[in-house]
Amino acid sequence: MNCRRVLGFGLPFAVVVFIEPWIKASCGHTEIVKELLQVNIDLCLFEGKFLYIWPWPKVAKNDFSDARVLSSSATTLFFQLHESDRFRKLLIGLPYSYNKCNHWLGIMSAKALDYDQINENVKKAQYAVRGELYLRASELQKEGKKIIFTNVGNPHALGQKPLTFPRQVVALCQAPFLLDDPNVGLIFPADAIAKAKLYLSYTSGGLGAYSDSRGLPGIRKEVAAFIGRRDGYPSDPELIYLTDGASKGVMQILQTVIRGQGDGILVPVPQYPLYSAAISLFGGSLVPYYLEENANWGLDINNLRQSVAEARYKGIIVRAMVIINPGNPTGQCLSIDNLKEILNFCYQENLVLLGDEVYQQNVYQDERPFISSRKVLLDMGPPISKELQLISFHTVSKGFLGECGQRGGYFEMTNIPPESVDEIYKVASISLSPNVPGQIFMGCMVSPPQPGDISYDQFLRESKGILESLRKRAHMMTDGFNSCKNVVCNFTEGAMYSFPQIKLPQNAIEAAKSAGKVPDVFYCLKLLEATGISTVPGSGFGQKEGVFHLRTTILPAEEDMPAIMESFKKFNDAFMDQYENNIGYSRM
Amino acid sequence: MRKFVAHRAKSLITNATAPLLNPHHHQSSSSSFNYYYTSRLARFLTSIASDTSMASDKSTPPLTAQSLNPKVLKCEYAVRGEIVSLAQKLQQDLQVNPGSHPFEEIIYCNIGNPQSLGQQPITFFREVLALCDHPTILDRSETQGLFSADSIERAWQILDQVPGRATGAYSHSQGIKGLRDTIAAGIEARDGFPADPNDIFLTDGASPAVHMMMQLLIRSENDGIFCPIPQYPLYSASIALHGGTLVPYYLDEATGWGLEISELKKQLEAARQKGITVRALVVINPGNPTGQVLAEENQRDIVEFCKKEGLVLLADEVYQENIYVPDKHFHSFKKVARSMGYGDKDIPLVSFQSVSKGYYGECGKRGGYMEVTGFSPEVREQIYKLASVNLCSNISGQILASLVMSPPKVGDESYESYSAEKDGILQSLARRAKTLEDALNNLEGVTCNKAEGAMYLFPRIMLPNKAIKEAESLKKAPDAYYASRLLNATGIVVVPGSGFGQVPGTWHFRCTILPQEEKIPAIVSQLTEFHKKFMDEFRD
Repeated sequence: MNCRRVLGFGLPFAVVVFIEPWIKASCGHTEIVKELLQVNIDLCLFEGKFLYIWPWPKVAKNDFSDARVLSSSATTLFFQLHESDRFRKLLIGLPYSYNKCNHWLGIMSAKALDYDQINENVKKAQYAVRGELYLRASELQKEGKKIIFTNVGNPHALGQKPLTFPRQVVALCQAPFLLDDPNVGLIFPADAIAKAKLYLSYTSGGLGAYSDSRGLPGIRKEVAAFIGRRDGYPSDPELIYLTDGASKGVMQILQTVIRGQGDGILVPVPQYPLYSAAISLFGGSLVPYYLEENANWGLDINNLRQSVAEARYKGIIVRAMVIINPGNPTGQCLSIDNLKEILNFCYQENLVLLGDEVYQQNVYQDERPFISSRKVLLDMGPPISKELQLISFHTVSKGFLGECGQRGGYFEMTNIPPESVDEIYKVASISLSPNVPGQIFMGCMVSPPQPGDISYDQFLRESKGILESLRKRAHMMTDGFNSCKNVVCNFTEGAMYSFPQIKLPQNAIEAAKSAGKVPDVFYCLKLLEATGISTVPGSGFGQKEGVFHLRTTILPAEEDMPAIMESFKKFNDAFMDQYENNIGYSRM
Repeated sequence: MRKFVAHRAKSLITNATAPLLNPHHHQSSSSSFNYYYTSRLARFLTSIASDTSMASDKSTPPLTAQSLNPKVLKCEYAVRGEIVSLAQKLQQDLQVNPGSHPFEEIIYCNIGNPQSLGQQPITFFREVLALCDHPTILDRSETQGLFSADSIERAWQILDQVPGRATGAYSHSQGIKGLRDTIAAGIEARDGFPADPNDIFLTDGASPAVHMMMQLLIRSENDGIFCPIPQYPLYSASIALHGGTLVPYYLDEATGWGLEISELKKQLEAARQKGITVRALVVINPGNPTGQVLAEENQRDIVEFCKKEGLVLLADEVYQENIYVPDKHFHSFKKVARSMGYGDKDIPLVSFQSVSKGYYGECGKRGGYMEVTGFSPEVREQIYKLASVNLCSNISGQILASLVMSPPKVGDESYESYSAEKDGILQSLARRAKTLEDALNNLEGVTCNKAEGAMYLFPRIMLPNKAIKEAESLKKAPDAYYASRLLNATGIVVVPGSGFGQVPGTWHFRCTILPQEEKIPAIVSQLTEFHKKFMDEFRD
């Protein structure tokens, strides 16, 4: 079928035909349209999938006097496009043209997987964290160059050791026959053995059986208890769904919310590209709100209002707001007051709040400890606490666990009506169940060894060691960046990233343009080639126009950090010298 | 409001057509300015939508059932549907109130979840996984007393393939390269044709791989995907979720669920008449829920058909190890296509494999892969991007996928125990399939094809009119009514055929062959007794 959507209405005013690009190459399209719609037209205008036709005499006279008819036709068009039943009827109403389409298809069928035949939303999705820079870094690594991967928050890849206790528990669950072995105590402590037995008792057939699609009920209870302790309000395990990492959860929820490109999701900019990629994939519209770099990446409520107003003006229904707290890539921790403002804003504007709280254990200052949006919401009391819809996400990939490869995560729903919860359950059930080892890791994260347990001291030592070292590294990195020429960097209050602004000289911007690169991509590629440091350009996260950044993780080992920052400084300062406009100096 | 819209439309059209009056301009820079107006028009169209619907949308919260993505609302997934909810409720009743029902336990025959019904995992695989999860014990001498020597050796090998030996790190989004090498070698050994590790994408079970392909292929409801009927409802659900159209082709029950090319042609023509672009053909071999194993000749015809019609062949081959009859063998579609002389350029082909089925049955691990061949590099790039949005599949599942494609070999320390476990499971499944099939065929008005492969039986029940009427009065599909009666009377959970699709007017249910062998006689007698009573109640 070459003609995907045929919409005829209200001729002679306008016809929009969505048509496959290959036709353009193969025939004169005006002829095809005449055949297709059985109408007389003189000229049509063509681009990509859209074909616009206007009857020439009216266009020539610039005659659009009868605007009322035009508007009702355009409205009709819209509803035909969106109400599939009526849309189908319209298609069936064009039997002749349809047969023609099939005829053409028979002659020149395009292959299903030709690049121009695949889903446009897939092509549109961008995912910078694993983009050009990452691919070039992998190439260089293959060539034998030492690469320091600071592009992904992937602690174990940079040498962070896994915590012992959760690994012991999962290993025992993997090999349950060990539990009956009299020698098991030689290499596994008793509390890990007990925990493994407990977790196996939560399953219907060990790690090898699908669990409930929402996750093992026993683990969900432990998560609920953890949330209850954290917030001071009890949590209902029935409203907690375990997922293969937080990303899967975010995607499930966005898929449930987004109906079409008229639905907008408010996303902070700079943002973690998962959100832009997922919104593109599901065909929605990203509505950006800018974080204020000068105010420590704070969130200004007036900015938010403006973003929503602009989106509405464009005809977008804003349906949800994403906050990332602590921020990725920006590292800021939101204050209680700020969170209250956000919650009030969502309440007034009728938005569901999606709280990405995966970095809740990664906080490197003491003025603003992490506080969950749920706690702030429930503290605010009714009516908002009973009405505002909130979904918060968590993972085993971050914090002191850093178990990225296990793909464990959860989301918790607050004030979501039961019918919607059921729909989310249904979508989860299509993927059968999240991976069970990942669920066990989640259990170990939310209910770690307690004082008095054999493994308690070791667990505490290991987890504290990791967080304290991260705090030191956050300082080393921020200070290092701020000592570089033309670089300013806010302190990493939380999360795992540093997001310095690079003030690129005009000459560097020009050089980038002539190399066909976005300026910050240009800079990051040069940095990679010169030092082996693999970063992500700020353009992958979004930034204000004319301002450039890069994102690095703060994860390289503490002992390597001074050398890395020194090598960065050496490169940066030489780069700035090379491109800085020195003409002024010579004249002086 | 109408006036406002009219005004905006007018200025849009005026702007859009102004350059038209200057044909020279139009020719020279058509691409950029057309793009501009295309997006303007699109924005205009959405703006009309919100203008008209804003009033209602502002007053309802964003996540109510009325305001969810309609594609989400539309999709259905019967394997975990209404009957399962009822089963869970009954199970709770039994826990709280033992003896409250005429049975002692719920027997889940609704889902291919073997280990939940007592199937034991393959020891060698689990040893390796445990060691990879906790590598610090690999060096300790006590470990040798607890684990087999070749599992320790294999764990070392695998850890050496993992960059930095970090099993807790995100991997390459396609999966760890060394593990893909192992899988490619396994495919090569199976098929006798080369396999490229770069064609392999490791996924969290086969289901996400299927979703990924649907997402890639489906652009709108005018895009169709050919699916067998009866089919595994993952396909119908995934197609609905991605907004496409399922184009059915019926398997012929009378010839053991045969797949006729003439049927494919007929359905393709019908779909095209309706304006559907059929993009891909799903074949499940061995079949789910139908259990048939395709003959090689039949597979060749399918390959030829896809090539001729320009369809992507999506080969669900997750049951490749589950074959129970000596005269049938599994042939991968890739092997069949290559043996016909068709190479990478001739046919786009995706083969799905999972760690959840076979003799291993490791559903909870969510391991699997797809082998993608015959795609252009640009399209492959897009699949990689899709994979990268979820970062990577879980590492434990990845390791297991490499193990099932490269199990212990003759001479390895674990080989004997491994093959005893494997043969034990497969032979027992074959016996269970036969016992249940015979029992079903002995029931009044029930016919059941042989389960040549996979894990299911899909008997047809000739329901009496009285039972159909009764179901209709309860607003239930007749087979769903039968299944809920069966559950209430015996605790046996099956999935009604209507969840898989069936020829209209015929009724079926799907029952797994997975309950432990010692439980089978009891299941047979409960089923027989229930069916007899049911027929006595409703016989015309």
